[in-house]
Amino acid sequence: MAENKTEHTIENGETLIEVRGLEKTFGENTVLKNITTTIKKGEVVFVVGPSGSGKSTFLRCLNLLEQPTGGSILFEGTDILGKDVDVDRLRRKMGMVFQQFNLFPHMTILKNMTLAPVKLLGMPEAEAVSEAEKLLTRIGLLEKKDAYPDQLSGGQKQRIAIVRALMMKPDVMLFDEPTSALDPEMVGEVLTVMRELAEENMTMVVVTHEMGFAREVADRVMFLDEGDFVEEAPPSEFFTNPRSERLKTFLSKVL
Amino acid sequence: MNWGQYFTPEQFYMNFAADDRFVTYILGGLKTTLTITLFAALLGILLGFLVGTVRSTCDKTGKLRVLNAICKVYLSVIRGTPVVVQLMIMYYFIFATPDASKMVIAILAFGINSGAYVAEIFRSGIMSIDNGQFEAGRSLGFNYRQTIWYIILPQAIKNVLPALCNEFIALLKETSVSGYIAMQDLTKGGDIIRSRTYNPALPLLTVALVYWIVVTFLTHLVGRLERNLRKNEKR
Repeated sequence: MAENKTEHTIENGETLIEVRGLEKTFGENTVLKNITTTIKKGEVVFVVGPSGSGKSTFLRCLNLLEQPTGGSILFEGTDILGKDVDVDRLRRKMGMVFQQFNLFPHMTILKNMTLAPVKLLGMPEAEAVSEAEKLLTRIGLLEKKDAYPDQLSGGQKQRIAIVRALMMKPDVMLFDEPTSALDPEMVGEVLTVMRELAEENMTMVVVTHEMGFAREVADRVMFLDEGDFVEEAPPSEFFTNPRSERLKTFLSKVL
Repeated sequence: MNWGQYFTPEQFYMNFAADDRFVTYILGGLKTTLTITLFAALLGILLGFLVGTVRSTCDKTGKLRVLNAICKVYLSVIRGTPVVVQLMIMYYFIFATPDASKMVIAILAFGINSGAYVAEIFRSGIMSIDNGQFEAGRSLGFNYRQTIWYIILPQAIKNVLPALCNEFIALLKETSVSGYIAMQDLTKGGDIIRSRTYNPALPLLTVALVYWIVVTFLTHLVGRLERNLRKNEKR
């Protein structure tokens, strides 16, 4: 079993992730400038903005798929940019869902889901399988458990990708444009799963272009533009009463 | 020119039956050729796997720079010189002792040679896997090695299996220079018969035919393997 350090459990509403002055540059290119925000446990935060605004990079910095070039990120009180941080152990607590699903094509759906908890958490195979079957039942895909990813539709793949991440019992789920690669008629089924997660108080950070969904599900919406963190607000305020010109221009294009 | 004289019944008897020449030199030689090829291929896989993994790890992460530099020298030297020269250096210079088994020397020389080509096949296979697979593994909490082992390699190996098999078919033909260190492989066996019977046609054409049969058979197997792999993708 994974050893748990003696850390107090974080209650709903307490700070889970604290981002301070986050910066990311690729060579000459500054993609993120001085981003500061706090994500609380149970909170559903949406990150929106034009293409190239840095919103995906921001998300990928949170689990260090991108290495930030400045600032700090505290996850459950630990500075994850510190030298002696075990990045792999940290990532087990942060589920990630990708635009391109990234299921493992050489494994069955069941194996896709059980591999990580069995190998990394030492979960017994039988327990992992029954856990996986429970999750598959919930999303209505139990009959696909022995199928391979290539036999599934895009929407089915993405729902599997979500429950695969859930198998690690993460403290936060990161979604990187989860519906952008889907045919329109498949977007709904994925959003349904995400909505249920949000209702179960999962902490979620979602990068998306689905403004209607953001308005409906988000506790808070962040707006990034050209690497600047321009403003954030609860969706009611964000969409109806934008403060900055940049957000007004953006909303006029997407709504 | 009268080629007919080489194919008389008497010539067939002289070249194949007399002194058990077919069994001793052709079949015996084939056995030597296949033995060298098999073990050199195994050594090639081992070396190529290690070198290919080091190379792609350096490409992907920027780590293992020193090892990578060593691997690059190895690849450059091996791929930049003829295998027969490598074989002779191994035999006359590096071992340079009559006690060493020629079979072991040949396996080492051809295995080290093949490893260089296998390494590049492995590397291209690893690099051909979409980076999203890598990120998915890492984001679940697998470290670099686990991600390569559980997620990238199984897919990469499947992709490169046909190229790998073709490399070993080429290797089989390359071992025909083993005669340079006085090994009696298939080619040398045919040449010995030729030098005894002064028949330049029968033994060498037979040698060519035997290579052709073996290579064609192996190529056929690779073709079937490729079709099976493709079918599996559509499962």
